[in-house]
Amino acid sequence: MDIPTDTTPPPPRVEDAKPTTAAQKRAARGATRPGDRIFLALSRGSGIALLLVMAAIAAFLAYRASIALADNEGSFFTTFEWDPAGITSGGKPVFGIAVLVFGTVVSSIIALVIAVPVAIGIALFISHYAPRSLAAPIAFVIDLLAAVPSIVYGLWGALVVAPNLTGLYSWLDDYFGWTGIFEYQGGAPRSLMTVGILLAIMILPIITNVSREVFLQVPKFNEEAALALGATRWEVIRMSVLPFGRSGIISASMLGLGRALGETIAVATVLSPSFVINASVLDYGGGTFAQNIASKFNEANEYGRDALIASGLVLFVITLLVNGAARLIIARRKEYSGANA
Amino acid sequence: MAKRIDVSGLNAYYGSHKAIEDISMTVEPRSVTAFIGPSGCGKSTFLRTLNRMHEVTPGGRVEGKVMLDGDDLYGSGVDPVNVRRTIGMVFQRPNPFPTMSIFDNVAAGLKLNGSYKKSELNDVVEKSLKGANLWNEVKDRLNKPGSGLSGGQQQRLCIARAIAVEPQVLLMDEPCSALDPISTLAIEDLIGELKERFTIVIVTHNMQQAARVSDRTAFFNLAAVGQPGKLIEIDDTERIFSNPSVQATEDYISGRFG
Amino acid sequence: MSISTMKPTGTPGGESGPSNLKAARLPRWSPYVIAVGSLAVGCGIGLAAGLDSRLQWGLIAAILFVAVSYILSATVEGGRQAKDRLATSMVWVMFLLAVVPLASLVYETVQRGAKVFNGYFLSHSMGVVADKETGGGIYHAIIGTLEQVGLACLIAVPIGLLTAIYLVEYGRGKLAKAVTFFVDVMTGIPSIVAGLFVLSFWILILGFDFSGWAGAMALSILMMPVVVRSTEEMLKLVPNELREASLALGVPKWRTILKVVLPTAIGGITTGVMLAIARIAGETAPVLLLVWVNPFINTNPFDGAQASLPLYIYQQYQSGNQAGYDRAWAAALALIAFIMILNLVARGVARWKAPTTGR
Repeated sequence: MDIPTDTTPPPPRVEDAKPTTAAQKRAARGATRPGDRIFLALSRGSGIALLLVMAAIAAFLAYRASIALADNEGSFFTTFEWDPAGITSGGKPVFGIAVLVFGTVVSSIIALVIAVPVAIGIALFISHYAPRSLAAPIAFVIDLLAAVPSIVYGLWGALVVAPNLTGLYSWLDDYFGWTGIFEYQGGAPRSLMTVGILLAIMILPIITNVSREVFLQVPKFNEEAALALGATRWEVIRMSVLPFGRSGIISASMLGLGRALGETIAVATVLSPSFVINASVLDYGGGTFAQNIASKFNEANEYGRDALIASGLVLFVITLLVNGAARLIIARRKEYSGANA
Repeated sequence: MAKRIDVSGLNAYYGSHKAIEDISMTVEPRSVTAFIGPSGCGKSTFLRTLNRMHEVTPGGRVEGKVMLDGDDLYGSGVDPVNVRRTIGMVFQRPNPFPTMSIFDNVAAGLKLNGSYKKSELNDVVEKSLKGANLWNEVKDRLNKPGSGLSGGQQQRLCIARAIAVEPQVLLMDEPCSALDPISTLAIEDLIGELKERFTIVIVTHNMQQAARVSDRTAFFNLAAVGQPGKLIEIDDTERIFSNPSVQATEDYISGRFG
Repeated sequence: MSISTMKPTGTPGGESGPSNLKAARLPRWSPYVIAVGSLAVGCGIGLAAGLDSRLQWGLIAAILFVAVSYILSATVEGGRQAKDRLATSMVWVMFLLAVVPLASLVYETVQRGAKVFNGYFLSHSMGVVADKETGGGIYHAIIGTLEQVGLACLIAVPIGLLTAIYLVEYGRGKLAKAVTFFVDVMTGIPSIVAGLFVLSFWILILGFDFSGWAGAMALSILMMPVVVRSTEEMLKLVPNELREASLALGVPKWRTILKVVLPTAIGGITTGVMLAIARIAGETAPVLLLVWVNPFINTNPFDGAQASLPLYIYQQYQSGNQAGYDRAWAAALALIAFIMILNLVARGVARWKAPTTGR
């Protein structure tokens, strides 16, 4: 960033224009004084540091994972076992994430199926149904729901919610047990279903908040168009609010999904894990990526920890993709609504 | 088809703020009535009380009577949804539903009602678009989104949407203020045609426009900022613009304030 | 739901007479009566069928409420109004559904936690208490949590603030876009992954021991994006006129930012930082991997295993006996109280220091 000195003869006009724009740029960026330069360097450096942290996470996880995967006798993606110490196979490490993929996906889907409609309902309640004096306190209650630590959710889920679910599960078994999905043998209901219900409560706030923001952004004149045609409140929502907010709801759900996929301690507290794939979501057993790491960590040796890191890398990549996609949708929507505002 | 509106002793509030005070007037059927007046005089608020859109605004509240051929719009048992179906509205900014096609935009009001035949729907959409002088421009792209049209076309699309449900009255809130002169002219011509079938009330900032399109003109004013707006006088447009009975009207029209 | 009772109320603006505008409506009090009625019936069914869970009673009542309102409305008011009412009652039920867990969670925590929650509990560690014994406390865990959170703040707050300043005051172009995007993505990193990252490079590769500091590093990774996001929002609220006024006086940009922009937004920034603290104070997973467990008081976060409140809860819960459960609930009560107070104070600060400029 050096300005050509004034003594330089300015032959063509294009060259003449350049120093001015460069100078303007520098002035606009405020990088001419030492104080400014240091400050800019510091703040830009922080931004870069953040990017480096992200890169470092990927790099270090990948490095340690590669150590574990090099010696793995099983197939990482299809083996139904987690035995990095090789206890059952005479010292040869055998581990795979198939069971974890299943448990993580199933519990997250249950969570989404429950949470998304409820969250949309609450978001609509705050943005369109609640009396104005109630809207703010309700939004605050939702924020409190988000502030509760996951370990407390876990404790509550294991000691309060789970015992209360036996009745519901027996009922589901009576009427839907024939599907195989809702078979229930009795016993402590520390199953993927219970985990899913708990996760639903935990991801409710983020889905609600993002959807609410979107619903509140619906241009007034859009809703008035429907109202003036003689639409009821629900019809206004169906004609104006939901179409406008569709992409917002999708990205909100994906953010919620990201949370559900990576939730650790609440799942580790509630689930009674076993390394099997069970068709019934009501019976205990199964496991998720994050829960498996937390549960197996204490007894793992260094190689076992690397194996857990390998599974963590998969979780990292999945959540990265889900969150990145959600953010891209939001960003695109912003541009779209900005262009039309 | 077209109905008369009788307003008596109407007050409208935003929360505790009184926006318009004690308005009484008659709007004649099959005619164009224009509301003029300085900004903030409550003419748009008053317009919105005529189809119960005012109460949609948080804190919006209305006192007084609005009679549509003898039915009080604010009487007990009256459903605001039905009121708005009977009295259509066109807004300042063209507001077609962004996610719907041109066809669906026009059909939106009918579809709300649930009972319609496909062929019927086609007829109504064509008739309404023709009524809004838009048919020739869009007949080849009825399935394209309405937001792809120009501003003037969008506004005519909104008019088509409003007249598709066959309202008794059509309210227009500064329908041309966001449009260029050519589009404005198209809308003004359209208003002249529509008054054969509908009672039309139009709010406008543009006095020439009021003089051009309306049969009767109502002048609104407010004593000071923060005071409620009032109806100063309503008379035949010709008289208002040539020989108004109130001095304030003449001052406003001749450009001495406002 | 009996569809046969539905009558479409075709009221187009035709030639019909005065009744045109009117519509048969259910009286205003009807939703309340239906709500009370379904609640009573729900409880009745629950009692009669001997369902032990109150949750089921409530669910039955909610379903009854939605169904009865819909059917009544469909018969009296017609299909469109019925659908509108269905939507309204669904939305109300959804809202109540969200309140129930929060209420239950708070109630259970306070009720079960109060058992052993006292001055002794707050001022003693678990040093000489076996899992099954009663007694002991969370003093060591409180110290651990405070130190770890404090260290995490020392790392995350400066970096977060500066990054936000960069994004708002300087950031144009590709780098800023990349930072914005990855800050967003970073908010979604599972806490256990942050823990695994520090584990891999600090403990497995560099060979350091478990310590509070290791946990603090992982917590700071979780905290940074939250601080950046909230600070960014606040800086964007500072009106440009203020910056221009200062720059026009010949004040250099960096001093403008430090002396004009930051002080204007300081209330909101403080709120954001406190909410970020509230978030990481409850994190268990990274602490579990990096701080290990220590029943004794260790005030040095740089040397050896420590304890922390969330970790303590997990540990006590896992002991699997009543004494442990009691301690877990009491510690949960302490943690929730701490986080709720932080939340309330943060919101108070936001209101108190709300920028009064502009608008």
